[in-house]
Amino acid sequence: MTGLLEAQDVSVRYGSLAALDGVDLRIHDGQRHALIGPNGAGKTTLLNVIGGSTRPHRGTVRFDGRDVGRLGPAARARRGINRIHQRPAVFPTLTATENVVVAALPRVVGRRRWWPGGRRRAAQRLAGPLLDQMGLTAVAAVPAGHLAHGQRRQLEIAMALAGRPRLLLLDEPAAGLSAIEVGRLVELLQALPRAVAVLLVEHRLDLVYALSDTVTVLRDGQTLAAGTPDEIRTSPLVRQAYADGVA
Amino acid sequence: MRGEVIRRVRGGIAALVLVGLVVAPWVVDDYTTSILARTLALALVGVSVALLTGVAGMPTLGQTAPYAAGAYACAVVGSRVSDVGVVQLVVAAAAGALLAALTVPLVVHARGVIVLMITLAIGELVVIVLGRWRSVTGGTDGLAGIPAVRPFWGLPALADDQARYLYALAVVATLVGAVLVLLRTRAGLVLRAGRDDETRLRASGHRVALHLSGAHIAAGAIAGAAGSLLVVAQQYISPADFGFDTSALLLLGVVIGGTASVGGALVGAALVIAVRDWLFGVLPGHAPLVLGALFVATVYLLPTGVNRARGRLRPPGVPALQANPPAAPDQATVAELRR
Repeated sequence: MTGLLEAQDVSVRYGSLAALDGVDLRIHDGQRHALIGPNGAGKTTLLNVIGGSTRPHRGTVRFDGRDVGRLGPAARARRGINRIHQRPAVFPTLTATENVVVAALPRVVGRRRWWPGGRRRAAQRLAGPLLDQMGLTAVAAVPAGHLAHGQRRQLEIAMALAGRPRLLLLDEPAAGLSAIEVGRLVELLQALPRAVAVLLVEHRLDLVYALSDTVTVLRDGQTLAAGTPDEIRTSPLVRQAYADGVA
Repeated sequence: MRGEVIRRVRGGIAALVLVGLVVAPWVVDDYTTSILARTLALALVGVSVALLTGVAGMPTLGQTAPYAAGAYACAVVGSRVSDVGVVQLVVAAAAGALLAALTVPLVVHARGVIVLMITLAIGELVVIVLGRWRSVTGGTDGLAGIPAVRPFWGLPALADDQARYLYALAVVATLVGAVLVLLRTRAGLVLRAGRDDETRLRASGHRVALHLSGAHIAAGAIAGAAGSLLVVAQQYISPADFGFDTSALLLLGVVIGGTASVGGALVGAALVIAVRDWLFGVLPGHAPLVLGALFVATVYLLPTGVNRARGRLRPPGVPALQANPPAAPDQATVAELRR
């Protein structure tokens, strides 16, 4: 069976340091996959390679059966790879609604998008329900720079969904959130459309186990283990890696 | 709502200014009217500078290049082909847009001070070409005796300063209105988003280089159209009209007016040109020095411009900025000039 995303033998080097060394990763439609590992294991680097912001020195990345290795982040986003950043990335002077509209524009479908103003109207129609889903309706007209950190995170998820993703890359989405906001985030991520595949990088293992079907453990740029959350939880190799990483 | 009140006050002031500009030629003398017409042309170039600097996030010192291309194209067409204003305006805008399109590869991938340097070089190169291409441009002597323009076919030629000024005012009002409408469209929204965070815009799937190229060409067309107004106002042009001092004054005017504001750019550019003309009389030979000092003071004291200074205040009913907020883009714009 062919995966939605297939990364093979991916290697990235920074000088003499191998950030990634021959990593393979396969994600199917709708799969919820987590990447874990100690600091410096190469998790974010692998996310960057898949998102298109880092070019690997070796290896291939195929998405939906096509080689996307030469495409930048914008072209990959248009094909359905969207990303949520470690620090919420929103357009601070634009209102929450405008943020979602901008994110929706490149992937608007329907014949009316060719009419004058049609594309924007279509994006506008998407924005209302998405902001509602994220609980941001009350702040829809507020510039994103004035939103609280947790609200910006929710806005970024709305923006990612507006781009009609097929694969959502989540880079430590719980970073900087309060316990209540993390609870809300988990609810939102669990409510994502089932067709959307997710690749989650997260340090908090409780979130990883709550949100993912499968887990890959990286250490020193290499795949240490892969399996279901239960298998990973009980793996002595993984326990050892985390003990070493923390130490 | 305070925001609504501010909007209405600004609308009222804009309406008053427009009425004042319409009645001005009946209040002031002919010489001042011709100065005003020239100032309107430069203010329109200021709008194109604001479009690039404030809206698209590409600070420029080179808008005199499409301004000059438009002016010379208009002068040549006016002298040899047609005295119809609409024709000249379209030709001038096309010439400005063409020059901007040719320079797109040089500027669209650069940022901050690098764009300033590249655009400055383009502006200076154009002035050199104008000075040397004598068969078309008349060299450093310029082109004189350009026939008076008639706005449309069948209308009389604009024989006096008053009529030429009103023609320039009508064109500027129309084009500024078009820019304001453009900024409310999808294109304007995407440009503002790119100014906020270009990487984020790219991550959403937008073709950032394409949007910036479009803005650059549109700004070139506006500056080209402004060039045609200069020809109408002066009936004479020379390379001296498009030198570095004009570029610097325009950028100063736009920074004073608030880089992201079209109205602010108009007012700022007009103000700076008026101060320059006034200083020429009061402090002969020292006007550039005073304007240079004004530039430095403006960048350091009013990084968001007069018009945007209120932007530092929190909008009514909006919670305070949280810790570690993203950079305020208006400040980032002038910060780019400092880098």
